[in-house]
Amino acid sequence: MIWKSLDDFIAMGGYGFYVWGSYLVTAALIMAEILLLRTRRRAVEKARQMQAILSEQVKHEATS
Amino acid sequence: MKLNWFKYASPVTFYPVAGKLIPWFALAAAILTVAGLYLSFFVAPTDFQQGESYRIIFIHVPAAWMSMFIYIVMACWAAAGLIFNTRLSSMMASALAPTGALFTFIALWTGALWGKPTWGAWWVWDARLTSELILLFLYMGFLALHAAIDDPRRADRASAVLALVGVVNVPIIYFSVKWWNTLHQGASVSMTMAPKMATTMLLGMLIMALACWMYSIAVALARVRCIILEREQQAEWIAKLNKEPA
Repeated sequence: MIWKSLDDFIAMGGYGFYVWGSYLVTAALIMAEILLLRTRRRAVEKARQMQAILSEQVKHEATS
Repeated sequence: MKLNWFKYASPVTFYPVAGKLIPWFALAAAILTVAGLYLSFFVAPTDFQQGESYRIIFIHVPAAWMSMFIYIVMACWAAAGLIFNTRLSSMMASALAPTGALFTFIALWTGALWGKPTWGAWWVWDARLTSELILLFLYMGFLALHAAIDDPRRADRASAVLALVGVVNVPIIYFSVKWWNTLHQGASVSMTMAPKMATTMLLGMLIMALACWMYSIAVALARVRCIILEREQQAEWIAKLNKEPA
């Protein structure tokens, strides 16, 4: 085992700031990309639903 | 039997296939990330010169590889879009650009955090760092140019030309450490030489790189599906999709 304790693990031999600064920012950016993609997906889906409703209405008005 | 090479070049056939593939790539990315992080933090030994700060390379090197590789793939799709005039190829190029830019930024960011304790500087204007920064600007230029042109097909062509011109930068990044006397060290892993690091370190790095691959594929497929829906709102086949849940 490389690490004696949790504190030892967090300290990273004195390089904690640099190591965790790298890993946490990377994790945050990847999370952000996934979240942004999810928001985009939902927006497209909503637009699609609106369009479906509208086209049904148009069809309905055309026949009546 | 006549094989139709362009079958999957059509958004109609590609859309459901991409949807089925995404969970598998996402799952592979998650498993490989867990395995890679375990190796990086609990198996790979402390570096005798750099101490623990070297553990940054487990994301730095894969991110830098991805930044270059995604650019090449993006340029290939952009070129295919120009040559064959296939909509999907250009959409793939657009779907890859944000992820490529993300990995470029991660490579620069983690490089700075590694450089400070190792070299004593966050940033130096050496050939490797500068050409990687240019790569970030190329990705941003591609995205900005695409967003600036209203007609998507024209935007595809203009940004494809930009992507293709920018390809010259990739070999410059890769060989910069050989061509110039850079502060950045030479290649850690090469096809011709034995790796200059412990096997567990190398393994950790390769698994993290594979995780980045799987992640990039999953995200690019998810994004291209969004782009297809956004761009082909009016198409007949999308209207059919509306009748079933996504």
